[in-house]
Amino acid sequence: MEIPVEFLIEKTIIIIVVFTVSLVTAMYSTYAERKVSALLQDRIGPNRAGPFGLMQPLADGIKFIFKEEIIPSSSNKGLFILGPSIAMLTACMTGAVIPWGDYLEINGEQVLLQVTDINIGVLYIFAVVSIGVYGVMIGGWASNNKFSLMGAIRASSQMISYEIAMGLAIIALIMTTGTLSIREIVEQQTTDFWNIIYQPLGFFIFMVCSFAECNRTPFDLPECEAELVGGYHTEYSSMKLGLYLFAEYINMFISSAVMSAFYFGGYDIPYIETLGLSPNLVTILGSAFFFSKILAFIFLFMWVRWTLPRFRYDQLMNLGWKIMIPLAIINIILTGACILIF
Amino acid sequence: MQALTNRSKVVVDKKMTLMERIYVPAIVSGMMITFSHLFKKKATIQYPEQQREFSFVYRGKHILKRDEQGRENCTACGLCAVSCPAEAITIIAGERKKGEEHLYREEKYASLYEINMLRCIFCGLCEEACPKDAVYLTEELVPALYNRKDFIYGKDKLVQPLGTSAHPKTYKPYKK
Repeated sequence: MEIPVEFLIEKTIIIIVVFTVSLVTAMYSTYAERKVSALLQDRIGPNRAGPFGLMQPLADGIKFIFKEEIIPSSSNKGLFILGPSIAMLTACMTGAVIPWGDYLEINGEQVLLQVTDINIGVLYIFAVVSIGVYGVMIGGWASNNKFSLMGAIRASSQMISYEIAMGLAIIALIMTTGTLSIREIVEQQTTDFWNIIYQPLGFFIFMVCSFAECNRTPFDLPECEAELVGGYHTEYSSMKLGLYLFAEYINMFISSAVMSAFYFGGYDIPYIETLGLSPNLVTILGSAFFFSKILAFIFLFMWVRWTLPRFRYDQLMNLGWKIMIPLAIINIILTGACILIF
Repeated sequence: MQALTNRSKVVVDKKMTLMERIYVPAIVSGMMITFSHLFKKKATIQYPEQQREFSFVYRGKHILKRDEQGRENCTACGLCAVSCPAEAITIIAGERKKGEEHLYREEKYASLYEINMLRCIFCGLCEEACPKDAVYLTEELVPALYNRKDFIYGKDKLVQPLGTSAHPKTYKPYKK
């Protein structure tokens, strides 16, 4: 099979842009996290590095790189290095199937603002996110430290149990949309109502589960400082720790993107077609709107984090298995009934 | 027992109602509370640029006073060193030579006066012990330094600079 050069260039540019955007957003999420936490606690937050402290993420990154790197002598070195690499890799991979915008017309050619539109996009995201659990588990196990191991066990059991409810919530969504391609899901919402109208309960379950998947408060038990020192990354230092923390922020960005694509219309601006703008402008505005939705979700993540305390481990499991999964199943039944009736 | 305030609440171990068990209303109301704090006045004081107003009785860095004619008050009696619970003060007395009357008020003066700021607990007992109105605690802070020996403040750092006119009885920092 021959691959045209234009196609390769086009996709390379899109991949680089998506990669850069997700990294920069994750970088500034760390800044936003500190700023939001400060504002919610009546403080000012970082304001020394650059105007409004905007260079703070850069300073943090430089600090992470220049810190002393410690690999415990009792650890399994290969796996110890593999852990954060997997976490970072999987976090970056999920961005490939998310439709960042509609077509852009350049020199009469239609350019799709998406790395690849595979017809099983939803499954792809789930598969890659599941591999992300290995990053945490391998890192925790290779550290050869009981706190790390406890953190890793918690992280993996939490992620696995919430993935079930998340998957069930998605099944209800797929029943209404009838497709696994994320672009088609978004396209359907441009002509119809947003999926949040059809799937409010499904969205709620999905949102709670994505909080748990990203290890964010109130479900941040894997790195519960009070009892586990640092959780699975207790033994990590320097940029390896940085990669773990960074992967968490990229995951947050991606799950915000997934939530807004699945339930809030993605790049769709309602009634934009009545204004009669040029298609390129509509696409750019749509992408900007998609991005602002993502930022709103990231703010929600932080807002919840600085409001709620952490769950206890048994409460977390109770919520996951006894409430979220039955709710998701009820949601499927209700959706099925509605499809049958209407 | 009489309650001191009307804010106390009796703890009841009752079963939670359905609305309470859903948690979501409580979470939303909690989030509204934190959201309202976004716009509240911030408590931060930008330290080096801005400084908190000191209390009138604040006890900070010491000062060795001069009198109205610019002569040092201290006669090296050693009462401050004796009263110091942390043993932070070291004094060596010297005798005033001819022609030094404009520098020292009395025949005896402190040729060495050192306060170890790492030992000092800023209790103000030296100030209370001083019969000559010589040592006072000001509102100035002792800054952080890199070396331990830099914290031993000699007369160069403690004596009130010539030409300044702070009232000897006040705690206020002398104006430069």
